[in-house]
Amino acid sequence: MSEAVLEHGAEAPGKQALIEDWSRDKQVFGVPWGKAMMWIFLLSDTFIFSCFLVGYMMVRISTTDPWPNPSEVFALEAFGYPVPLLLIAIMTFVLITSSGTMALAVNMGYRKDRKKTFWLMVATAALGATFVGMQAFEWTKLIMEGVRPWGNPFGAAQFGSSFFMITGFHGMHVSAGVIYLLVVAFRVRNGFYEKRGGNYEIVEIAGLYWHFVDLVWVFIFAFFYLW
Amino acid sequence: MAAEGTQHPLRIYWIMWGALFVLSTFSYATDFMDDGTLRTSLILLFMFAKAGGIVWIFMHMGWERIALKLAILGPPVAILVLIGLMSLEGHYVEDSRIEHYGESTMEPQTPGHH
Repeated sequence: MSEAVLEHGAEAPGKQALIEDWSRDKQVFGVPWGKAMMWIFLLSDTFIFSCFLVGYMMVRISTTDPWPNPSEVFALEAFGYPVPLLLIAIMTFVLITSSGTMALAVNMGYRKDRKKTFWLMVATAALGATFVGMQAFEWTKLIMEGVRPWGNPFGAAQFGSSFFMITGFHGMHVSAGVIYLLVVAFRVRNGFYEKRGGNYEIVEIAGLYWHFVDLVWVFIFAFFYLW
Repeated sequence: MAAEGTQHPLRIYWIMWGALFVLSTFSYATDFMDDGTLRTSLILLFMFAKAGGIVWIFMHMGWERIALKLAILGPPVAILVLIGLMSLEGHYVEDSRIEHYGESTMEPQTPGHH
């Protein structure tokens, strides 16, 4: 067999490419190991978040008490009227904006534009921190209204436990992501990766994590806040 | 190494970014609709459209080889089985609770806004 067939760069049609990649007797995935590992970590994280959301579905279906209406619980007063899910909508747009700046940072990283990569990553981290801040505000508001993991005045007790567990775990991911992004961003700026051969794949790997956090929020927004 | 397939023109990111904003606005708009099959379908439609865009474009899955695509996107399909089983179980538990303890007598407050 010629060498060209064994190289990852050679693009064979779908099924053939799959067979070749798995039968080549060397690493299967033609990506840097860090990227493959990040994908596998994200796959395991997908299962954790899925278990939380399925658990939430189960308790919401099985309780005989009325489920609090998230549209009313998460409404905020604006212009003299309660606007449903106002803060949640703003948080969603903040997170999407941060995903956009992250995507651009990855692109600038591959162009080896260190300055733009740094600033775009800092912007992403700042938007992430804003998101966590708004989440802290939301938690405070709900706790002041008497929502607890074991009960709340608005309906089924399981509402509080699902809410704090799911949004808390997601918020923890965002917080960790902010720290991760800042570490990578400052290393990009001070030339850490230049000393290692000027390889900026780490920006893409950090980006995968960040986009995943946004991805999870898409599901939380749909299932917890809108459903 | 992975140079090929990593330097895309910026345009695709701007388009994806804009699409996410539009889809999120649509998602939010479903909150003003009456509950029903239509609303539920739209929530799911916009959710999967956003999720697909993030994974395919922003996370570059669209440019990865099929071995990686299947290894990462295949296993989550198993979650559908869990959803199905837990949904069945959940309805059964609800029915048994109603049968043994009766309907809920809870009178929840309406969230107040001042």
